[in-house]
Amino acid sequence: MSPTPDPGLRRSDGALDSRLSGNHGTLAGQPSSYTPAPGRRFNVGDRVRVKRSFPPGHRRTPSYVRGKAGEIERVCGAFPNPEELAYGFDGEPKKVLYRVRFAQKDVWPSYGGPEQDIIEMEIYEHWLEPA
Amino acid sequence: MAHERVDYYAAKKHAHDHGDHVHDEHAPLNEHDNGPPSDFEIMSRAMQEILEAKGVVTADEIRARMEQFEEDFPYRGSRLVARAWTDPAFKARLLADGKAACAEMGIDLEVDRLIAVENTPEVHNVIVCTLCSCYPRALLGMPPTWYKSRNYRSRVVFEPRAVLKEFGTELPDNVTVRVHDSNADMRYVVIPMRPAQTQGWSEDELADILTRDTLVGVTVPHATRS
Repeated sequence: MSPTPDPGLRRSDGALDSRLSGNHGTLAGQPSSYTPAPGRRFNVGDRVRVKRSFPPGHRRTPSYVRGKAGEIERVCGAFPNPEELAYGFDGEPKKVLYRVRFAQKDVWPSYGGPEQDIIEMEIYEHWLEPA
Repeated sequence: MAHERVDYYAAKKHAHDHGDHVHDEHAPLNEHDNGPPSDFEIMSRAMQEILEAKGVVTADEIRARMEQFEEDFPYRGSRLVARAWTDPAFKARLLADGKAACAEMGIDLEVDRLIAVENTPEVHNVIVCTLCSCYPRALLGMPPTWYKSRNYRSRVVFEPRAVLKEFGTELPDNVTVRVHDSNADMRYVVIPMRPAQTQGWSEDELADILTRDTLVGVTVPHATRS
């Protein structure tokens, strides 16, 4: 796949890395090739908070990260909504999927490791709000 | 009963249908490490027994099908990463688009999107799926039992350094531990650091030390010729 000119699809602009823990030595500045999502709400580096919500049903948002704030690490693209697919629907409209980076200390207040440790996961747009 | 409730519909509907076979990538887990079998496991066994009793399938056919899966999706990650170690341009393409880089090597990931993450002197990556057992099966074959265990899934996100230490991987505090929860549509592979002593090794020799655990990030490769 050819590189996309969409700057929002670029990973880590450096600011992201330096705020959390310095250089992560990965992909910086390289274009991501994942499905563009032109109508999306967030871009790489945006601060976001995962909604603190506990609805029933099939959810791919881990409970331990609900209510926590992090930063968009990359835009993965738009995918059929797994919350609908799980019950036999077609998953339309597709939802934009992001990878969000969190400081471990923000996710687990009692985290025992060094300050700079991080955890990243995939969160669908409708679970995110600006932080 | 102590065993966990199973969302059977979620598992069923989330399976990836590939025409002649279905991958239950988000299937609920069998807790192999402790406790009684899950509802899902009991249901599966009961169904198999009924189908065998009615003469629809034989136990041998089921065993053969499981074997076929192993053949369809063998462990191919070592070749991929050995190439990335020896070819910087390929590594860059792998980091930019894992699926396309796999396709270059004739590895069809089917539905999977692959994100490759690179270990460096500053960062160590480790992969988990806390919700079930998402794993790049088309690249790495079937996930190991420990990957699916509740112990690993619940602890590696919260105390990754302690879990890594149990695998024999002790990391100094100045190395960032970067945990990836493979919780939705992406799949992950770790590109470990190439040991300095492997200069001049062939791709085959390098592939030998790129074990499955090194590509999940729980261990690191060592320059030990087999």
